[in-house]
Amino acid sequence: MAIELKMPALSPTMEQGNLARWLKAEGDQISAGDIIAEIETDKATMEFEAVDEGVLTKIMVAEGTEDVAVGTVIALIAGEDEASADEADEGKSQASTEAKAEPEPEAQKDTPAKPDPLAAKKVQAAADPDIPEGTSFTSTTVREALRDAMAEEMRRDPRVFVMGEEVAEYQGAYKVTQGLLAEFGPKRVIDTPITEYGFAGIGSGAAMGGLRPIVEFMTFNFAMQAIDHIINSAAKTNYMSGGQMRCPIVFRGPNSAASRVAAQHSQNFGPWYASVPGLIVIAPYDSADAKGLLKAAIRCEDPVVFLENELVYGRSFDVPDVDDYVLPIGKARIMREGKDVTIVSYSIGVGLALEAAETLAGEGIDAEVIDLRTLRPLDKETVLKSLAKTNRLVVAEEGWPTCSIASEIIAICMEEGFDHLDAPVMRVCNEDVPLPYAANLEKLALIDAARITEAARKVCYR
Amino acid sequence: MAKQPSKPRAQKPKGAPAATSASDDTDFLLHSLQDAFEANKRYNASEAEMLEFYRQMLLIRRFEEKAGQLYGLGLIGGFCHLYIGQEAVAIGLQSALNPERDSVITGYRDHGHMLAYGIDPKVIMAELTGREAGISKGKGGSMHMFSTSHKFYGGHGIVGAQVALGGGLALAHQYNGDGGICLAYFGDGAANQGQVYETFNMAALWKLPIVFVVEDNQYAMGTATKRSSAETRFYRRGTAFRIPGMEVNGMDVLEVRAAAEVAFAHVRAGNGPVLMECNTYRYRGHSMSDPAKYRSREEVQEQRELHDPIEGLKKTLIEAGKDEADLKAIDKEIRAQVAESADFAENSPEPEPAELYTDVLVEEY
Repeated sequence: MAIELKMPALSPTMEQGNLARWLKAEGDQISAGDIIAEIETDKATMEFEAVDEGVLTKIMVAEGTEDVAVGTVIALIAGEDEASADEADEGKSQASTEAKAEPEPEAQKDTPAKPDPLAAKKVQAAADPDIPEGTSFTSTTVREALRDAMAEEMRRDPRVFVMGEEVAEYQGAYKVTQGLLAEFGPKRVIDTPITEYGFAGIGSGAAMGGLRPIVEFMTFNFAMQAIDHIINSAAKTNYMSGGQMRCPIVFRGPNSAASRVAAQHSQNFGPWYASVPGLIVIAPYDSADAKGLLKAAIRCEDPVVFLENELVYGRSFDVPDVDDYVLPIGKARIMREGKDVTIVSYSIGVGLALEAAETLAGEGIDAEVIDLRTLRPLDKETVLKSLAKTNRLVVAEEGWPTCSIASEIIAICMEEGFDHLDAPVMRVCNEDVPLPYAANLEKLALIDAARITEAARKVCYR
Repeated sequence: MAKQPSKPRAQKPKGAPAATSASDDTDFLLHSLQDAFEANKRYNASEAEMLEFYRQMLLIRRFEEKAGQLYGLGLIGGFCHLYIGQEAVAIGLQSALNPERDSVITGYRDHGHMLAYGIDPKVIMAELTGREAGISKGKGGSMHMFSTSHKFYGGHGIVGAQVALGGGLALAHQYNGDGGICLAYFGDGAANQGQVYETFNMAALWKLPIVFVVEDNQYAMGTATKRSSAETRFYRRGTAFRIPGMEVNGMDVLEVRAAAEVAFAHVRAGNGPVLMECNTYRYRGHSMSDPAKYRSREEVQEQRELHDPIEGLKKTLIEAGKDEADLKAIDKEIRAQVAESADFAENSPEPEPAELYTDVLVEEY
């Protein structure tokens, strides 16, 4: 019949505490909410509030007692007679919880079986769609390819809309959304105030509410204002909700160094986002990939960070003239086959790697160039397969070296490709400094084809 | 602690000529809803409605008391923020929503808002104990719970984030033309976050169907509003964005409901957002590990004794002729329901180890 009052855990880490003071004596009537005792922990003195009503019949632990373990019975309360049936039940459930609570630490010892890294990847070998023989190609700028991807997906799915600074009437700060307002109207092409945190949150909420937002950041430097929503709201919700609440959103915009805009406007955020479980991170290089992958990103049920590059927007590449050109997410592309050394890169670095490969060819070194395209999930298989063939690998990354995609590729080569390595993997990255403004210093800070060529020679011991 | 509502109301300057029409009074919009509310401050509830409010508030109270107990027993870990004292806000507001179309979003003190939207206490409690049967399969915990089928969108742990996300839910209602509105709760602490004002601006600019509710429980963790906020009359903080404000006694479910009627009608009519401040009080600490050194026992006791929302409604019901024994019977029934959810939460197994890797992404790549 009596209700046992137990030493409460007052913080997530508390295991014991001192019973500093009893504020009620044996025989006192207790009401819910009365403070009955003060409990002292190493952090603070806290009040122990009564939840149940009744008479305090017995104090089991005297005041002043130190190191009372959480869960110890410290007092007994006799309930009102009329409520006795309920309380007897409650007493029982408390006793049973204690019995059950004990074996819990053991349960924690079960370390979950780690999935076999390669088995997890097996799903299905995603491949670029076959382009039928005789397909024509149209030379398209990356800028137009991105616009075409958005327009096609907006025609296809009325839930898709674009929001961001200057995306509508101005036609895009970098003209990527040119013409969308005229075709889709202001409901689906929304100019926002300069308020990245706010509109990234509104976009994420709209995705949770069933829409398919494309949130344009004028550049990803400004997305740092909004990174809480990208990571805490968009990336984690599906997991935290046990798969109930999705956030199918695309955050896109130019990333990395532009030209002469100095430190605050020049940074590659690829490694930042690629470290976050729950996000898809895509960083295409050419127009066909920009189009095919942005279409895939918009259709994707997961939140996508889509990193473009301002310096590449104006470059033209062939795009196949096929209806609905959609590429697989998470699949690297071999841009150039070779047998002597592998150069892994992404985004603007791919152009430099191809340039380096041309130079190397002139020297008799046959370089294979891989464009990762997706930074998360990373296509390890393509990298490792190439390493198994060439036995030498260089990573070229327009970004800082520390904790970079290059670091990640090197770790993968060590862990899973060690037996294939004939030389240490080298990384060619930007200098480890904020990007300077002066033209000469800027040039010194950024990677170039010459540095990639030199690293490739080194791993070939040439 | 003064009685609720605790703050002086903004008054029209003495002797100022009364505006004869909305067009004469450029600030008409900002106070018109409050005027309408003041004119009829207590919702005229039927006995059946009052009994339902009583039952729902009591369910939250008993559920939270039980959660506190389970925390003390070590069955609930981490952060656990209880809603005790604030029940009238959730019930007064959500009883006026249409759960088929209206969405609700809140911060980490979310148990009460979920119960108010009819989500099964069993799966909420099982989430608190981190079990397989929990509403988030045990992977979210107290602060991260969602039920898209109930249009309850969380349960967000980052202070203020739910305000911008709520703006997005409202945008989706508007975009889809589904007639729904979003109710976005936040506390007096979150009211100082920058993104709240970014969202106010866009919500007013785009006339989003959203009601922003500041649950002013007087303390952001341990910091009293007057020590953190230059303007503690939170309902006035929408003024700069031309969002009408309402100040409501959040300890009286019938007042909250009356205010909800006014606010929701305004928003449903396509007039854009409303900012409602509900003055309330949390009896328990900010979370379970709260030293309670920032306020006096007398202050808490006064609130419990003089302003308790459940006792208040009980008084109204008895005055209206309801038999006290009937109310006791409701209490007994609720206690049994809560005990059953606690048993369920304790007896559900922990998630399978393999669950660690599920739900990271929706698709396979």
